Parts: sequence; C-alpha cells; structure tokens
Amino acid sequence: MAVGAVTKPVGGAKIKSAGSAISPLLGFAMFSPAVVYIALLIGAPFCLAIFYAFSDARIGGGPLHYVGFENFRSILQSPSFRSALKNSIIFTVAAQIIVMVCANILSIALEKPFRGRGLVRYLILLPWVAPVSLGTIGWKWILDSIYSVITWVLIWLGFVNKYSPPMWLGQEGLAITSVILVHCWRLIPFSTVILLAGRSAIPKEIPEAASIDGAGFWRTLFQINLPIMTPILGVALLFGTIFTFTDLAVVNLLTNGGPYDSTQTLPNLAFTQGIQGSDLAAGAAISVFLVPVLVAIAYLMLRVANRAEVV
Amino acid sequence: MAVVETRKLTKVFKQGELGAVNEVDLETREGEFLVFLGPSGSGKTTLLRMIAGLESPTAGEILIGGKVVNDLTPRERRIAMVFQSYALYPHLTVYKNIAFPLKAQNVPKNLHKEKVEWASSLLGIGGLLQRKPRELSGGERQRVALARAIVREPSVFLLDEPLSNLDAKLRLSAREELERFHRRVGTTTIYVTHDQVEAMAMGDRVMVLNKGVVRQLGTPKDVYDDPADTFVATFLGSPPMNLVENEGSIVGFRPEHFRLSEDIKESAKVVFKFRVENVEYLGAEFILAGFLVGGKMDGKKVIARLLLGHSFQIGMTYDFAIAERHLKFFDRTTEKKMAARALTWQ
Repeated sequence: MAVGAVTKPVGGAKIKSAGSAISPLLGFAMFSPAVVYIALLIGAPFCLAIFYAFSDARIGGGPLHYVGFENFRSILQSPSFRSALKNSIIFTVAAQIIVMVCANILSIALEKPFRGRGLVRYLILLPWVAPVSLGTIGWKWILDSIYSVITWVLIWLGFVNKYSPPMWLGQEGLAITSVILVHCWRLIPFSTVILLAGRSAIPKEIPEAASIDGAGFWRTLFQINLPIMTPILGVALLFGTIFTFTDLAVVNLLTNGGPYDSTQTLPNLAFTQGIQGSDLAAGAAISVFLVPVLVAIAYLMLRVANRAEVV
Repeated sequence: MAVVETRKLTKVFKQGELGAVNEVDLETREGEFLVFLGPSGSGKTTLLRMIAGLESPTAGEILIGGKVVNDLTPRERRIAMVFQSYALYPHLTVYKNIAFPLKAQNVPKNLHKEKVEWASSLLGIGGLLQRKPRELSGGERQRVALARAIVREPSVFLLDEPLSNLDAKLRLSAREELERFHRRVGTTTIYVTHDQVEAMAMGDRVMVLNKGVVRQLGTPKDVYDDPADTFVATFLGSPPMNLVENEGSIVGFRPEHFRLSEDIKESAKVVFKFRVENVEYLGAEFILAGFLVGGKMDGKKVIARLLLGHSFQIGMTYDFAIAERHLKFFDRTTEKKMAARALTWQ
C-alpha cells in the first residue's frame, strides 16, 4: 500500500478528491426521485388514510373530528365487511393454490426445449403483460349472461340447457369461482416465469443423480426439485398473495362485489364505501384494517428473499 | 457385481455431424477398474452417460451383467454414479443424502441407519452426518458423494472426473483413497478422466478415446510402452513421445529413452548428434529441448528427459542414443503402429 502511494501520489489524490466532491451529491440526486415518489404517492396517502380512519371525514364534508375507534367498531359490525374479509381470504388462498399447481406444471412443461417453445413462453406471458382492467373486461364478455362463449360451447356440447344457462357472474358460487378463475389467469404467467427461473437454476446433475439413485418423477419433484426451489416458491407465493389480496380491478369490474356481497373484497368495499359512498372515514378504516396483515406478509417476503441468497 | 459391455455404441447429437461416440465396442472385466481417458470432447463422458442411462444411444447396445439395458431407466440398471460436481442434494443433511438411494429404492426403513453408518464409516465421514453439503469442504463432499454411491451396493460404479474439482494436493490423497476404496469393495468401476497421470495410476486398464473413437484399450503399461497410434503416443507421457518423420514413416521414442550415448550399454542402439537449445531443471530431472544434427533427420526438434548427474550447456552438441527396442514406428498416413524395423537416418 505504501509503495503504491509513493509511486502514484497524484493520481490517488485526484481520484479521492473527485470522489469526495461528487459522490454525496450524486448519490442524493439519484436517490431523491425514489424518495419523492414514495413520500408523495405512498407515504402521504397512507398517513392520510390512518388520519381519516380515526375521524369522521366525508367527501366534501366540513370540519373533522377525532372519533377514536368508532369507525373500526362500526365496520366490524357490518355484514358487508365480514363477507369482504372472508372473500378476500378465500380468493387469495384458493387462487394461490391453483396458481402454484398450474405454474409448476407449466414450468416443468416449458423447461425442456421443444419446437415453438419461445412462442409458447411468449403467449403464456401475455395475460401478465396486458393491463388488468383490459383483461378483466375481456373476461366480463367471456362470462357474460347472454354473450358468454363458455355457455355457448357448453350448450353446443349438450352439457347445459339452452333455456336456463348458468349466470357466471350472477349466481353466488359461480361468481366466486369466476373471480378466482380470473385471478389465476392473471397470476399464472407471473408465477410460471419465476418458477421457470428457479427450476433452471438447479444444476442439471442433481435431478440426474436422483434418477440414478432410483427416484422417479414424483419423488424427484417433491423430494428434490421443489425443496431446493423453496425460497423461489416463497417469493412467487408471497407476491401472488399480495397481488390478489390488494387487487381492486378484477372484482370491481367483474361483479362489483355482487351478487349480495358474495364476491365483495376489502379493497372493493373500501372503494365503494369510501369514494362512491362518500364515507371517507369508513373507507379509510377498511383500508387501514389490511395494514397489519400486509406488513406481516411483507416481512415474511423479505425473510424468504434473504434466505434465497444462501442457496 | 457385473460386467459392462457395449456393442457398436454410437451417439450422434446432430444429424449429419460426426458422432460424439462412434461404434464403441467394450467389455469390462469382473471387478475391474477401467479408465476412459481422452481430451475434452473425446466422447468419454457421453459414453459414460449412455452406460448410466442419462443419454440414449443413437445406435448400438449396452449390456450390464449380460442383459441389454438400452431401454431401462437409470434406476433399473442398478448402477451408481459420482458426478464431477458431486451433485449432492443441497437441502438434505449428509445422512439424508446417503440414505436417499435407499429410500428411493424402497429398502426397508429399519435398515437405513445401519447401511448409512456402514457407508459413512467406510469413507471416514461418520462425524459429518448432520451437516448440510454447503458446510463441507471439497474433499468431504467427494466422500459423501462416494458414500451415497456405495450405500446401495451397486453392480457397477461410474465415476465422472470425481477428482477434478479438488486442489492438486488433495487430489493426490483422494486418488490413493479411491484406489484403496476400490480394492476393498471390488466393484466393477468405470472412471472418466482427462488426466493421464490419474489414468495410469488408477486403471487396471485404460481406454484412450479421441473424437468419439477408441484409440487403444490396454493396461497402463500397454498404452504407454506400446501405443497403437500417434495420438495415444503423444497424449500419454509428459513430455510426450518424440515423433520424427523419416523415410515415409514416423519414428517415435520417449524422452526418457533418449539419453547420452555413453549411458546406454546395449549394443543395439541408434546414435544421434543432439544440439541442446533449452535446459529445464526440475529438481529430480532435466528436460532438454533441442534438435538433431546431420543426416536425414537434421533439424528435427526432440526432447530428452534425463536424471541428474550430468551438466549440459545450451548451444553445445552431444552424442545421444536410443536403444533400438525403444524405437516405435507409425505409418505416415494412417498414423497407426507399424512393425519395428531398422532405422536408417544417416
């Protein structure tokens, strides 16, 4: 070190001074857009929501009063809120189970090279690339009570009576199934891509060694490949959970919570009560109700991501 | 234990191109340690993977224990394989890694512990059973891979360059250990390597491959002393055999047989003038590089390897000789071995 300093004193000094003059400013400049963005578009509304949740705020209303936990007490008593909470959980869990199974199957199918694999991978990714609202409007047509192609096909195949076709979005059970289906449609591409990456990161020799050790397809899948992919599976699962749990567009466009709140979710209820129903305080309370759950999920997600680096 | 046999075994990856393995005929002997030796791309690993069942042959047959196994899965072939990267299961402890083949082959659970302990004590890793692979050193991983291979008592062992990931010092002791291990278990073993020293040291027989073709199959002494062609002659030995063109044939001699004329007591010897161009002192020996002077072989570069006890000066010419029985002859076009003949070069 000493020798280097003696032979190249000028260069060393120059680099050091230039570095100390520029780096804090440059660092700050590069960092600040993100800070401004998060502060204005996430931080401020979040603080405002907490503030409103403890007040009697209404859209266009007059002075605000502090009401304590009154908003929370009242939403907890509302049947809409209870079914929204229940549905949010059902949709999230059911969609994640289906997504994980399908994404695994797809990632296995897409792993080995075959003619046209690039095209298939591209097509599978499309639902994720398309805007949620556009995709959902498409599904609204597919599931429409009069124009549904699914109904049309089922009638043609003779499974369904022409004069009493299923109301995909108008009957309780079918509406719940339809919402879950659309969530799956949207999330499967995302999870497939993540799992495909995780799967191709496993050295080829490991499943080969398993096959020589005598393991068949299922044993290799469940005892070797999937356990090795656990961190990646965790990432896909937690992202999927957050996307489904906080999603407003699908339910809002497809059923708007109906029929009779049977597909109501917390984000949609917050939106209809808070914005459309002008009861800002209740909407805020419903939104804030999600925070502890999401914080726990985010914490888990970070832990899983950390563990992923080790393997 | 079993004999592995291949008949006209061929693997072509891309149609129209030269195969990675071409019509290989091979038969191991019971309990033998057979080495596939060749440079990278010679097809040795592909050949091994076909025997293991990880790669399906384009043509030809593979027999294990006298039974054609072409259509059997790796599991049904009852073989064990150690990979170059060891391919340990990273999420399982050493114990579970070693027990995995037992579990996969439905060995009764009450026998697992005993067998794992037997395999791990054989390789001296009894103390590591609760560790994960990432907590092990390279040498320990290799032993775990071996233990996992032996625990099921396979009929054949396939080893794919298992020492190449170890550092030079460890490689030597691991090699000795493998030799001892093979002597103890006596299972037919096929070992793939590109390292000629490993091949010579470990193999009962060595099969030299190049471009998917078997060049020679024989004992280490056979392939070294009596190479079948110029490829085998130059691939084995360090420095490699000197090859000099003379009168329509190629004359070959090992650097260690090219010595000072006065040191060769035999009368049947060929004497050359050798001008030394470079001297490397390697502690136990000299490596001399230079060229022959005079006659038809004037100016041909050759290398000599001598034990200590002499001193040489760069630029000087010395009288060197080769005993006639150490001269090898190869055909100039086919590069195959020819019968010995008198060497006229003057």
